[in-house]
Amino acid sequence: MDTRLEPTASSNAASNGGSDVVVRGHELTRRFGEGDTAVDALRGVSLDVQRGQLTAVMGPSGSGKSTLMHILAALDRPTSGHVTIAGTPLGKLNDTEVTKLRREHIGFVFQFFNLLPMLTAEENVLLPLSIAGEKPEPDQFEELLQKVGLTDRRKHRPSELSGGQQQRVAIARALVSRPTVVFADEPTGNLDSKTGGEILELMRESVDSYGQTTMMVTHEARAAAIADRVLFLADGVIARDLGRASTHDVITAMDEITSQ
Amino acid sequence: MISVALRGLAGRKFRALLTAIAIVLGVAMISGTLVLTDTIDRAFTRIFVDSYAGTDAVVSAKSPDLSFEGESVAAPPLPEEVLDQVRKVPSVGAAVGSVFEDSAVKILDSKGEPIVKNAPTFGFGLDSSVARFNPLELEDGRWPTSDREVVIDSGTAEDEGFGVGDRVSVATLQPVRDFQLVGIAQYGGVESLGGATFVVFDIPTAQKLLDREGKLDAISVAARDATSPDELVRDLEGALSDTVKVQTGVEQAEEQSEEVGFFVTFIRYFLLTFGAIALFVGAFVIFNTLSITVAQRTRELATLRTLGASRRQVLGSVLLEALVIGALASVIGLFSGLALASGLNALFKALEIELPTTGLVFSLRTVIVALVVGIVVTMLAGLAPALRATRVPPISAVREGATLPASRFARYWPYVAALMIALAGALLGFSLFVDDIGTTERLLAIAVGVLALFVGVALMSPKLIRPLATIVGWPARRIGGAAGRLAQGNSLRNPGRTAATAAALMIGIALVTFVAVLGAGLRDSNRDAIESQIRADLILTSEDGYTEFVAGASDAAKTAAPARVVTEVREETARVAGSAQNVSGIDPDLITTGYAFDWKEGSDAVLAQLGTDGAIVAENFADDKGLLVGESFTLEAPGGKRAELTVKAIADPPPFYPLLGAVTIPKQTFDSTFERKRNRFVFVDVNGSPEAAKPAVEAAVRKYPDARVQTRSEWIDKEDREFQQFLSMLYVLLALSVIVSIFGIINTLVLSVFERTREVGMLRAVGMTRRQVRRMIRHESIITALIGAALGLPLGVFLAALITQALGQFEIQFKVPTTQLLIFAVVAIVVGIVAAILPARRAARLNVLNALQYE
Repeated sequence: MDTRLEPTASSNAASNGGSDVVVRGHELTRRFGEGDTAVDALRGVSLDVQRGQLTAVMGPSGSGKSTLMHILAALDRPTSGHVTIAGTPLGKLNDTEVTKLRREHIGFVFQFFNLLPMLTAEENVLLPLSIAGEKPEPDQFEELLQKVGLTDRRKHRPSELSGGQQQRVAIARALVSRPTVVFADEPTGNLDSKTGGEILELMRESVDSYGQTTMMVTHEARAAAIADRVLFLADGVIARDLGRASTHDVITAMDEITSQ
Repeated sequence: MISVALRGLAGRKFRALLTAIAIVLGVAMISGTLVLTDTIDRAFTRIFVDSYAGTDAVVSAKSPDLSFEGESVAAPPLPEEVLDQVRKVPSVGAAVGSVFEDSAVKILDSKGEPIVKNAPTFGFGLDSSVARFNPLELEDGRWPTSDREVVIDSGTAEDEGFGVGDRVSVATLQPVRDFQLVGIAQYGGVESLGGATFVVFDIPTAQKLLDREGKLDAISVAARDATSPDELVRDLEGALSDTVKVQTGVEQAEEQSEEVGFFVTFIRYFLLTFGAIALFVGAFVIFNTLSITVAQRTRELATLRTLGASRRQVLGSVLLEALVIGALASVIGLFSGLALASGLNALFKALEIELPTTGLVFSLRTVIVALVVGIVVTMLAGLAPALRATRVPPISAVREGATLPASRFARYWPYVAALMIALAGALLGFSLFVDDIGTTERLLAIAVGVLALFVGVALMSPKLIRPLATIVGWPARRIGGAAGRLAQGNSLRNPGRTAATAAALMIGIALVTFVAVLGAGLRDSNRDAIESQIRADLILTSEDGYTEFVAGASDAAKTAAPARVVTEVREETARVAGSAQNVSGIDPDLITTGYAFDWKEGSDAVLAQLGTDGAIVAENFADDKGLLVGESFTLEAPGGKRAELTVKAIADPPPFYPLLGAVTIPKQTFDSTFERKRNRFVFVDVNGSPEAAKPAVEAAVRKYPDARVQTRSEWIDKEDREFQQFLSMLYVLLALSVIVSIFGIINTLVLSVFERTREVGMLRAVGMTRRQVRRMIRHESIITALIGAALGLPLGVFLAALITQALGQFEIQFKVPTTQLLIFAVVAIVVGIVAAILPARRAARLNVLNALQYE
């Protein structure tokens, strides 16, 4: 096994400064395109994501929130700056090493669920393990299915499930490998408000009961309100960094930022 | 991951099956060819092995070891006394002689016409007293015992309705005669002899009818109890002169099987070539289909990457898909091949080439070859799409409408294409214009060169799609209205996809065009060659036109009232100045009435001065051997007689179809040198019109039904027609690859419709009728097919021009058959229309609401 992927005590100490930071972004910039048409989506963002916290990233469209998440989740590379996940600097990793990192440390929840239509709910959940060639712990797996409320839907295909049920499958899939961090990209963006609320509850619960570090991009104030920390992005920089906030606080903060 | 790939495929069964068909046809052709040729091979082997099953040793004359244009010259007969010598050898238990002839004996049907189907017509003289030596099994009646009785093969008896007790007319080297049919026989274990027929006489009758008085073709020997075949052969060799050949029965059977094997092998490779072409086209279709499905699954593949799938796993999953499709297609193709084998046999029958068969032989080799070839081709075709799939970045999972990123090498493609075309040029140039390379190397270089050319043009074609689509899309825009304009736009959306789809059809069209153009040139050359040589009003040939026939026919022709001059041309193969060549025997004083010499050195006056040792040689032969006028050379006949000859003149016959052999000698010299004195042609000059004279000449040669009388123009037309038939067979075989490309177009359209579901729904929502939707798809299909034709037609003409140039020594003409090429363009349109049927129906059936909601 490649030692660079295994956060050792010393590297942890070195890169995290001894604190419980699982994802670190340092002076991140991202420029799309070249010359006159170039767009700077991020212009110097630094942040630490703490272990066991649910961090929400908010901001108006075009603020760079999605770009930030893509870069922190190793889906995209910054134009400058550094990202460290679980003590591993991403800068020099090749594709194989990033793949390995994803298997061990990263889970994803997507706006459009991204389930494989030919697999059953259960098989979709197990996919990250089977890709990595691993088997689930039967008890833990049952518990996970129960937690997300899929025990009686496990043999259904995605097309036979409602949007909310599909997103539950996706969440279970993100949790099944017990990743260091789960990235959720507008997880309620494609759901009605009631179902969206249930999904948010589920995400909050996974943080509470599993201590699952989670980072969520959203434009919904009530989604941000369940987070332990809310980051506001505007024009590619962090405009505000709140701790736990109510829906009202979040809306107020958003208004302030957009009116600036 | 494996299950993901398999489940994915299972979810797209219909599309997977459509994809598989592209390979099924090629594999079926390969398995069908192997089954058919194995079956023919088995039938022949049965014939030979059974023929010598009871024979320990065979004594025959030493083979002259001569073969000309693939046909080996038969050994001359042995003196009958050898049989007595054999019987005196102590270790011999029993020995009988036999007579064997493979072209002179023909059974006449009820109309008095000889039964000839481009296959040997055997005449046997058998001694039926010792059953163990008899290669045949009686199905009815008994063996002949007098010069009035015959036995014939069961196939002919069945076809013609002959039964034991009937009277049957048989043509031999003597005038035709009636015989009493006393039995019907067949080789054991053989269902059909194909087009071949046989007649069995008793030995004295066969000797008399076949110019073998006092002679035998072979002696079958059985050993006394304790003697092994090898010991028997040793004893016989010791006792007999060394002009005879002694072999064990097993060796004899193997030798004869081998001779036929050469012919079967030729058919096998000939047909396999077309299977390979179909597979090559199929590979394009697979490549294209998998490329499209990979592009459509970009998001799915990206999601797998975000879940931790490695590039290797993605590669593996696409290749696994190709493997499954390939395996499925190969299995279907393998079994379809069994049906196709019968179809191929029917095709040969339609061309009057009937081959012997027995129960279909389905060997393990066929299974392995078909499966391996099908799977390997599919996987190779899937390699490029699989590699592209690995380039899908994980971030595509979160991007709407993500598309496959351009390949890293995309910008190099035009260079790669140019390189491929250059390579093709080099290979073709090398193979066509460099002397001193073996035939195998030459053919291989041509094959690889043409492949490279096709691939190169296919790679280049995305750049050509826009202008081509604009040109061939003109009718669609004019008659298709809005639907037609959309169709053209759709065909330009993804030029690579349209190009690969069109390229599959391009190959078929290019090859058909190549055959048409080269064929037109060959036909003209053929006709000109014949016309420039023949002067005679009437020409007598054998029924099939190429075997030599009974010399008595020419004397009979002389008795016809309108016949003014009758002159015969003998033909036989001999070893001349060290190599096998056809030798013609002519009447020097009469030949010019029927045949026109084109003199290189000499003139018609030389004919009178040929004497007995004078020879006219063809220019290419003279060049080959460095022979000049006045120089001498040796001719050795198959029977062993030699003649010292002197070059008196050099002729320059059309190299494409010379009617005379490389060496032409006076008939007297021919007859004193060769055992077989048979004619290839008899030329007749008549008083009055040839048409009017023909019936009288026909009546005069009625005793020799194998002699066919034709006027000069009838004969030329017949030669022309036979050539045309051969071309038709090539078209039928190439049609297979065109069919494969139809499935390619269907595939692309089905996938495009699937991809544009939402768009079609939108078009329907804003008022497009079902009919217009169908029209849109149909026009896109026709545009794609016409692009294939626009690429294939010039490519085919170019290849034909190249080959014509390369075959310069045969003076082949170059002619573009415009009408035929227009027909091919129409065929392309039909291909487009046919291919669009299914996809257009699917698109038109889409429910508007569902289509709009489709994600």
